[in-house]
Amino acid sequence: MPEKTMVEAIRDAMDEELERDENVFIVGEDVGQRGGVFRATVGLFDKYGADRVIDSPLAELSIVGVGIGAALYGMKPICEIQFADFIYPAFNQIISEAAKMTYRSNGTWTVPMVIRAPYGGGIGGGLYHSQSVEAFFAHIPGLKVVIPSSPYDAKGLLKSAVRDPNPVIYLEPKKGYRLIKGEVPDEDYVVPIGPARVSRSGEDLTIFAYGMMHYYALQAAEQLEQEGYSAEVVDLRTIYPVDQKTILDSVKKTGKALIVHEDNLTGGYGGEIAAIIAEHGFHDLDAPVRRLAGPDVPAVPFSHPMQEWFMVNPEKIFKSALELARY
Amino acid sequence: MPEKVIMPQLGESVVEGTLIKWLVKEGDRVEEFDSLMEVESAKVNTEIPSPATGTLLKILVEEGNTVKAGTILGWIGDPEEKIPTGDGNYVEEVYSETTQPIQTQSEVVASKQDIGRNRDLGFISPVVARLARENNIDLSLIQGTGNNNRITKKDVLQFIEKSGGSEVDSETPAWETPGEGDLFRPTELQFPDRFKSTQPAVGKIEEKVSPTKVQTPVSSGDQIIPLTKMRKAIADHMVMSKHTSPHVTTVMEADMKLVSNHLKINKELFSRQGIRLTYSSYFVAATALALRAYPLVNSSWTENGILVKNAINIGLATSLEEEGLIVPVIKNADGYSISGLARVIGDLVNRARSHQLKPDDVTDGTFSITNHGTAGSLFATPVINQPQAGILGVGAIKKRVVVINDAIAIRPMVYLSFTFDHRILDGSTADNFLAKIVSVLENWQ
Repeated sequence: MPEKTMVEAIRDAMDEELERDENVFIVGEDVGQRGGVFRATVGLFDKYGADRVIDSPLAELSIVGVGIGAALYGMKPICEIQFADFIYPAFNQIISEAAKMTYRSNGTWTVPMVIRAPYGGGIGGGLYHSQSVEAFFAHIPGLKVVIPSSPYDAKGLLKSAVRDPNPVIYLEPKKGYRLIKGEVPDEDYVVPIGPARVSRSGEDLTIFAYGMMHYYALQAAEQLEQEGYSAEVVDLRTIYPVDQKTILDSVKKTGKALIVHEDNLTGGYGGEIAAIIAEHGFHDLDAPVRRLAGPDVPAVPFSHPMQEWFMVNPEKIFKSALELARY
Repeated sequence: MPEKVIMPQLGESVVEGTLIKWLVKEGDRVEEFDSLMEVESAKVNTEIPSPATGTLLKILVEEGNTVKAGTILGWIGDPEEKIPTGDGNYVEEVYSETTQPIQTQSEVVASKQDIGRNRDLGFISPVVARLARENNIDLSLIQGTGNNNRITKKDVLQFIEKSGGSEVDSETPAWETPGEGDLFRPTELQFPDRFKSTQPAVGKIEEKVSPTKVQTPVSSGDQIIPLTKMRKAIADHMVMSKHTSPHVTTVMEADMKLVSNHLKINKELFSRQGIRLTYSSYFVAATALALRAYPLVNSSWTENGILVKNAINIGLATSLEEEGLIVPVIKNADGYSISGLARVIGDLVNRARSHQLKPDDVTDGTFSITNHGTAGSLFATPVINQPQAGILGVGAIKKRVVVINDAIAIRPMVYLSFTFDHRILDGSTADNFLAKIVSVLENWQ
């Protein structure tokens, strides 16, 4: 199987879906002639033409609005928001229109749309090119929120998202675009939206993570092993709707949970996982549930040392997990 | 209640301190926050305030001694108060806060398995509390290895593993309540129509053997209980069985330590899935494996030869209180995991109790198990459920002293009696079969 980067796997998924279904099209800023600022759509403009890989104005509201309209007419839009930080002008379209359409039309209208958005920091992007936005969308019934952390899942989940009849927010850990590599089959396959994956089996504690933090969690687990502790790692993959069973099964096994995300702590997605464990797994707990997250500051700072202070990294995960393992 | 005076932790990495001077004499009164003693550590030399208002009842550590942080140095309280005993002078305190009164012994015992901060045991996590409750474990017997010597889940599991379970489960498993005398209530009694054609042998033998011919003189004051249909049928079946098969019984004992551990650890997990796990599942599982290993035991005597059955269908004698017994059958018992068996047994027992068994549930048994042990019976010589070739009797599981590798150990032991039809089986096959059951139980994983 060929080894590919995350961004290559994402490009392959879109290429194959454009090929498979003529209703699929891409719309976003610089996705056409430029091939996307992260090169996620490179070559697709030449292959499929300006009608199916559409360069949009710098107006996210219209990117998503166009997507919703086209989806209502049976098209399968893939909207690219260049950075997740820019998604807020489209927030109303996503929350009030896309998410509610099927419900308010009693199932007669659906919005089979994907919104792709690179998110996360650690790339010197500063305040407006580093944000994590998953918690806003994981609160909204009517949306599905997917975050891959490996090239294999990136391709399989994006193909599932394109084929899903509901609007799917597909968040891409941009620091991992070229950093994370893995084997990706050339043939058509899908990874279902919903199930989490136990990416490493362990006995002493479980680390729950997604996206870039999952990649780091695996590295921290390696370090823990050298200290004599075996950490289980769960890649959530889909954070809404989340796979409660896999979470609770793992807690039942290890009795200790560390939840990691890059987004800041308060009101962050980790609180939901902690609540699930507290409500349904309390009697399996051998230690208080822990969250490791970004600090509650307004944004990821631009200054490099300050950025490193903000970012959760393998070392921070290792330290927190070690304390929990020794608890 | 008296308040402990402990050696404080003076600085983050400091583990001990030296008591330089008591500033209050034993028997003198001291106000809370007034200086009580001088202490020296690697980092600082300081006066320590009193944790409470009262009389310095007792000084446990004299001046000049160096002790670990957390050591009890003395007691403060009302003059007539007694100092708690049994709490060693050098017990390490898990938490450094000293403002709460020490609990009396009885309170400690009462709250031992509560969730939360327990002063004597450290933090008890929910899973530790649950495991202690389920296994009836006294947590004070366990040495904690966690943070501040907290007892961890692993500590409890290891304790269960080592101790071989503190005691045998005292709950009476559903089907294991003792019957009212009869080992079997014949299935043909339950569903007479079903048996009219399929088992003519019963009738034939009945004719040959008319069981009640002996005249018994009736004296005054004696009473005759009229024979009910059921009583008569049971009597006929038992006599028929005894006249049909030459019964021989062999007895072995099994060490139930591993099974008992497995049951303890999994019982609660299973119950949260709605499955009631009892010893029955283990006996059925072990018997099914042994029947697979010795297929001749899973057979019937016929005129044409010994009919070895392919399916392993195990009947479990289940008490219906005063109504008698019924023997629901676990079909293909060798095809289930332990949780699957527990689920099937639970279902059959529930339906037996509520009289909702279907004819299929009580027929086609190829072997039977009866548990006479819950009333305390150690071993018995049960009567074969015709036309089967044998029956396993399970005695009471009791802790007994046994010799293992020339050392004396206390283990939960059970006697297993196997009554077999000597027309079909000889002693050696029967013993091998029974030994296989013992081996499965003793090596349970």
